[in-house]
Amino acid sequence: MRNHLDIHPNAEGNAISCIGLSRSYGKVQALKNLNLTVPYGSIFGFLGRNGAGKTTTIRILTGLAQPSAGSAWVAGVEATRSNSAARQQFGYLPQAPAFYRWMTPVEYLDYVAHLFGLSQKERKQRIAEVLQLVDLKSAAHRKIGGFSGGMVQRLGIAQALVHHPQVLILDEPTSALDPAGRYEVLELIESLRGQVTVFFSTHILSDVERVCDAVAIIHKGELLLQSSREELLNKYPVNTAELELDNHGQANGKWTEKIKQQPWVNAIQTENNIVRITVTDLACGKQALLPLVAGLGLIINRIQWVHPTLEEIFLEVSA
Amino acid sequence: MKTIQVTLSIFITAVRKELVQQWQTKRFLAVLAVFLLFGLGAPVISNMTPELIKAEPGGEELAKLLPPPSATDAVGTYIEFFGTFGYFLAILLGMNAIAGEKESGTAGLILSKPMPRWVFVLSKFTAQSLVYTAAFLVGTLALYYCTIILFGAMDPVILIKVNLLLLLWLLIFCAAMLLASTLGRTVATAAGVGLGLLILIGLSRNIPHVGKWSPSGLMGWAMELLVNPGSAAANHGALIAALALILVFLIGSMALFERQEIQ
Repeated sequence: MRNHLDIHPNAEGNAISCIGLSRSYGKVQALKNLNLTVPYGSIFGFLGRNGAGKTTTIRILTGLAQPSAGSAWVAGVEATRSNSAARQQFGYLPQAPAFYRWMTPVEYLDYVAHLFGLSQKERKQRIAEVLQLVDLKSAAHRKIGGFSGGMVQRLGIAQALVHHPQVLILDEPTSALDPAGRYEVLELIESLRGQVTVFFSTHILSDVERVCDAVAIIHKGELLLQSSREELLNKYPVNTAELELDNHGQANGKWTEKIKQQPWVNAIQTENNIVRITVTDLACGKQALLPLVAGLGLIINRIQWVHPTLEEIFLEVSA
Repeated sequence: MKTIQVTLSIFITAVRKELVQQWQTKRFLAVLAVFLLFGLGAPVISNMTPELIKAEPGGEELAKLLPPPSATDAVGTYIEFFGTFGYFLAILLGMNAIAGEKESGTAGLILSKPMPRWVFVLSKFTAQSLVYTAAFLVGTLALYYCTIILFGAMDPVILIKVNLLLLLWLLIFCAAMLLASTLGRTVATAAGVGLGLLILIGLSRNIPHVGKWSPSGLMGWAMELLVNPGSAAANHGALIAALALILVFLIGSMALFERQEIQ
């Protein structure tokens, strides 16, 4: 039975709520008064550089660590007091999931499903479903010890989903994977939209841009911002010129340096033949940019003034 | 009531997993093999002792002075085997129990499920106790069979009593290793801490006034049962101390583990 203290009045409407969550390790404060709400049904990206406090937050949410102060609720249930009921609400995939190597996926999932109290019939059905979902049916009876990194990660998602959780907590689910594995995992997360709230930490911004509909940025243990992805991008005004250069018409010499020297240029990024120039003064930039690039002998296929990317926002707020 | 049922169900699931793990990783077979070796080896070595002494230069005269080997010698050797190698068995089987799971990360994943941490610890102790009980059963049967063949007779009741005392003695070290495994972040640290604890327990028999309560008293009691079956004095002090130590080590492990941050 739930204790009335376990239910926070404002926590019921959110999949995850953190209020004043702090965690210190000696003199180091890994988490400073974190206030965070994750709405139901969202795919929520928890962004931060390495060591920002993402994993500490997740460990507290999953009951693997205790906060020094504050509380957290998962699906309305207090999660920071060794509460088994809270652990019924979520599925968790750690950064590097470790399984009993002597078990097969079916044996491991059956063990986990047992812990969640699923009946034999439910276990059999659900194990088949999640193995199908993560495309591990053909390896269902192979020893986990022989699995590749991608297979381990997919099994990790399967074990997190086996009990139909309301919330899925993923800690850096793609950071250890090759591009193909990353693509698979992101596809899988995308396919869960609408079925479960996904809260995942990452430092890979392109992953967030691809699948998330809400974002929070944490830096040095402090929450810097929280917003829906669209709101965030719209909040930052159009200040970036995206230029697509003609492959054959690029001028020789240090043209990027020359652009960077302009007083109205904040930053310049190049990737293949795409150049992104962030300006401090939009009017000045719009007036001066085209004559400048023409003068440098660059041939432009396309120019567009756009919002900054999430990466640019992230770098700006966490600078 | 429902909470108790759910917790009991999780406990049974966890114990079953531990037992399957002991089987799959061949640890169960290794322990069985060692106990079988003790059970078969003790009567054989006792039987061969006069011949071995005779084989030494001047040993023939010495062998004449010794009484012929008996079933008592065989069981005595069996007890000595445990006194000598029991510690190592407890270390080898116990050091990995919790530290290994913390080190590899398997504990983190399982403890994020609705498994209470005390159940995690207790399931490991229960499974190890069951493995040792099964191994003692095999060892006892082997010892009994071999002793009957080589020496003709052996009181099975005495043998059972001796083995129960040995089992209790081994479970103290098993619980101590569980505490060490909880304290250690790595398997190597757990082994080191465990060795220290086991040495301390071993040395406790030399402490004045406390020595009679030492777990080593169980070994002495087993020997006494063997030598003077009719008049052996029960060492209830050692028995109570053994049970108390097991309880203290288990509660200590659970309390410590409850507060630990799991990676």
